[in-house]
Amino acid sequence: MTTETLQAPVPRTPLQEFWHYFKGNKGAVTGLVFILIVCFMALFADIVAPHSPSDQARDALLLPPAWMDGGNWAYFLGTDDVGRDILSRIIHGARLSLSVGLVAVTASLMIGILMGLVAGYCKGVVDTIIMRVVDIMLAMPSLLLAIAIVAILGPSIVNAALAISIVSLPHYVRLTRAATMAEMSRDYVTSSRVIGASPLRLMFVCILPNCVAPLIVQATLGFSTAILDMAALGFLGLGAQPPTPEWGSMLADALQFVQRAWWVVTFPGLMILLTVLAFNLMGDGLRDALDPKLKQ
Amino acid sequence: MFQFIFRRLSLVIPTFIGITLLTFTLIRLIPGDPIEVMAGERGVSAERHAELSAQLGFDQPLYVQYFNYVSGVLQGDLGNSLVTKEPVLSEFLTLFPATIELAFCAAMFAIFIGLPAGIIAAVKRGTLFDHSVMTFSLTGYSMPIFWWALLLMLIFSVNLGWTPVSGRIDVVYWIDDVTGFMLIDSILSGEVGALSSAISHLILPSIVLGTIPMAVIARMTRSSMLEVLSEDYIRTARAKGIAPWRVIIIHALRNALIPVITVIGLQVGILLSGAILTETVFAWPGIGKWLIESIGRRDYPVVQGGILIVASIIIVVNLLVDVAYGIVNPRIRHSR
Amino acid sequence: MSLLKLENLSVTFGQFRAVDQISYTVNEGEVLGIVGESGSGKSVSSLSLMGLIDYPGKVSADELSFMEQDLLSMPETQRRKITGSDIAMIFQDPMTSLNPCYTVGYQIIEALKTHQGGTKKELKTRAIELLNLVGIPAPESRLSAYPHQLSGGMSQRVMIAIAIGCNPKLLIADEPTTALDVTIQAQIIDLLIDLQKQKQMGLVLITHDLALVAEVAHRVIVMYAGQIVESGPASEVFSTPKHPYTQALLASLPESAAGKARLEALPGVVPGQYDRPKGCLLSPRCPYATDHCRNVVPDNQGPLERQVKCHTPLDTMGRPAA
Repeated sequence: MTTETLQAPVPRTPLQEFWHYFKGNKGAVTGLVFILIVCFMALFADIVAPHSPSDQARDALLLPPAWMDGGNWAYFLGTDDVGRDILSRIIHGARLSLSVGLVAVTASLMIGILMGLVAGYCKGVVDTIIMRVVDIMLAMPSLLLAIAIVAILGPSIVNAALAISIVSLPHYVRLTRAATMAEMSRDYVTSSRVIGASPLRLMFVCILPNCVAPLIVQATLGFSTAILDMAALGFLGLGAQPPTPEWGSMLADALQFVQRAWWVVTFPGLMILLTVLAFNLMGDGLRDALDPKLKQ
Repeated sequence: MFQFIFRRLSLVIPTFIGITLLTFTLIRLIPGDPIEVMAGERGVSAERHAELSAQLGFDQPLYVQYFNYVSGVLQGDLGNSLVTKEPVLSEFLTLFPATIELAFCAAMFAIFIGLPAGIIAAVKRGTLFDHSVMTFSLTGYSMPIFWWALLLMLIFSVNLGWTPVSGRIDVVYWIDDVTGFMLIDSILSGEVGALSSAISHLILPSIVLGTIPMAVIARMTRSSMLEVLSEDYIRTARAKGIAPWRVIIIHALRNALIPVITVIGLQVGILLSGAILTETVFAWPGIGKWLIESIGRRDYPVVQGGILIVASIIIVVNLLVDVAYGIVNPRIRHSR
Repeated sequence: MSLLKLENLSVTFGQFRAVDQISYTVNEGEVLGIVGESGSGKSVSSLSLMGLIDYPGKVSADELSFMEQDLLSMPETQRRKITGSDIAMIFQDPMTSLNPCYTVGYQIIEALKTHQGGTKKELKTRAIELLNLVGIPAPESRLSAYPHQLSGGMSQRVMIAIAIGCNPKLLIADEPTTALDVTIQAQIIDLLIDLQKQKQMGLVLITHDLALVAEVAHRVIVMYAGQIVESGPASEVFSTPKHPYTQALLASLPESAAGKARLEALPGVVPGQYDRPKGCLLSPRCPYATDHCRNVVPDNQGPLERQVKCHTPLDTMGRPAA
């Protein structure tokens, strides 16, 4: 009878543990669900979208959304100045934004981890040089640096993605370096070194798995900055070039229609906001769920 | 204290060298021949090409070019605009006050709303107010500000007609350029209504530009306050029987501000890059709009010089923040 | 006259009772020791006396009075006048208990100014006197020192100076020496006891250190899982403990293990929020527990001045009553 009060709970696996904390965070779950929906839209854009993003309906220029006077249910969110369906363009834009986010985050994550590991592991001159470069990059606002890079390389989606990955590099380098330095002083690393593990094994097998949690959080937040910066570049005419359906560049032309057609302005931007918000919510949730300091 | 400032200063020099290297390299990364690119579609004759090349120093070895570039920069020579033929620095100085005015008002908006919101949210943790502040600040933090600008313009300028759509002041006023700051110049001009026109032109751009910093400041203040409020010395202060407001303002806020000041300093970078977007939407004649237009015109010396100046400003501001950090935090001030 | 009187004081956090219906009194000039393991509610109960329990914590009591004034019903502002002047408290970790942004002088004067007032000069003279009183050398120059420039022992002296600044009638010391070096501990305790005698204060001394309590306290309270399990004159409680828990605590002292190979230790830990036993809270860990103990909550037994919360209090030989 008394033994039942003393029974220890069955230990959860780290994944279960993580999910337990993550699902308690309503905002994070909402963010996750929204991201999944956007991913679905992006993957099956051709099926989901009612129209082709470049179809110009000559008889339906600047049509208001369906629920307004003069709206047409065939064009649920209305049409733009050349008669393209806004909803379809937003759906196809999701494909672009997510893939740019994915490419930029993956590229900067990989290079950043490598540089951070090397800096943290080698210390000395290598570390100083890498960290100086990182400091210089951090001294520049990311958007300005991205603009500079795109201005030189010429405006295109690929260059914009490249610029965004370069710009987000410093964060990953710093995180990995800090985590590496912290882990390097732990006894388990010393002991594997004593056993004779090679530097590569030490870096990737011993140290890296222990820095994964902050990197996951940073990568999630990196998605939101990538999408935001991509849209900003597109808006400034430095990213995706028209007719490509990109959320930011959809807004670039909208400036002249502010007076007449609010829907051309409102929906693409709302989509950017919601997607970025979803990634930020999820990033916050991940941080709370992965940060052992906050657990109990 | 002076040693502390000196140490910080010595760290700035390598960063500055790095920035000059970066801007120096940038212009040489342009695909193709820089002179042809600068000349544009008209093209240049071979003699003119050699002449220009010598004039711009492209015929010399790279390290000499870099040395010349840096010594030029140190003397305030950032080259001339290809379009207007004006020195880059003087163009910059003409436009900079407009950006400062905008960024300053945006920063005031961000601090005067973000700081109290964060403090109250932390003190009233878990209440409706706290949840609203957190929701609003996360939304603001995720805001694509160019869209936010369009949206506010749509609501307040187009639909309600409360604020003007763009520019710094109504066209009916002709204001002498004394300080470059429209708020001051409009007072100096003595024209009736000029000041209120200048203010009404400033409101929307400031709110737009201040939104992200406001969100960041509110979030940071809240989390910093929460951390400080659970410290032992807060319990000590309360055990002295002093009034709750005094515990919060004198004991908690002073400590909580230390990380917040760093964050406020970091916002200068966000403000300057955000100014590029805000100025573009509101046709605000500042350096952000200037840079973007120069990129469009392929006016490379302007792009190069503009980026160098903006980056230098950010370095200097970060230095000032570091020093301010030392002043509020006695532990740093007294460290050797 | 009793200075402080508690009658069935409870502090709850949601469902969890951190302090469970405790009652005791402190008289003028008396040293009361409160002992118990970590998590037994010692600190929480003393914080509730200062009015420092925050939401979601909730304090309730049949009576909580200081010098015949009801602390719970009085308005906040009036209670703050008592807190920090008539009742003062010092805390466990002096290094984190002082605000790092302000000088020592500022923090001492702040308390004086709040409760007594006076000109700048008077306050400063008084602060120097206080630092002198707590044995800090060169007090004039220490006034402008920042907390990070002081050692742990110095910081605790400053905390004591702040606490006694307004001549409190009751001083609560919550493990005042736990965070300090062993050599400093004795100095701080000597200082506290000296001041207590000088000023005829009531002193509530919360500690794990049984030997210390035995030495300086007049009366002692033993707490376990938020409840008082035994109370009485210090000498009696320690010489003839009546509660198995007190007995176990004493047995775990190195001194009592002389000649034995191992120290005695009570198995298990203090029950938490979710594993509260049905009967006596000690029953899962108690060597003498019976089925009765496991199912029925024991009452307090014995006269007020010597109480024990056990179905089968130990006799003078240390064996449970039949």
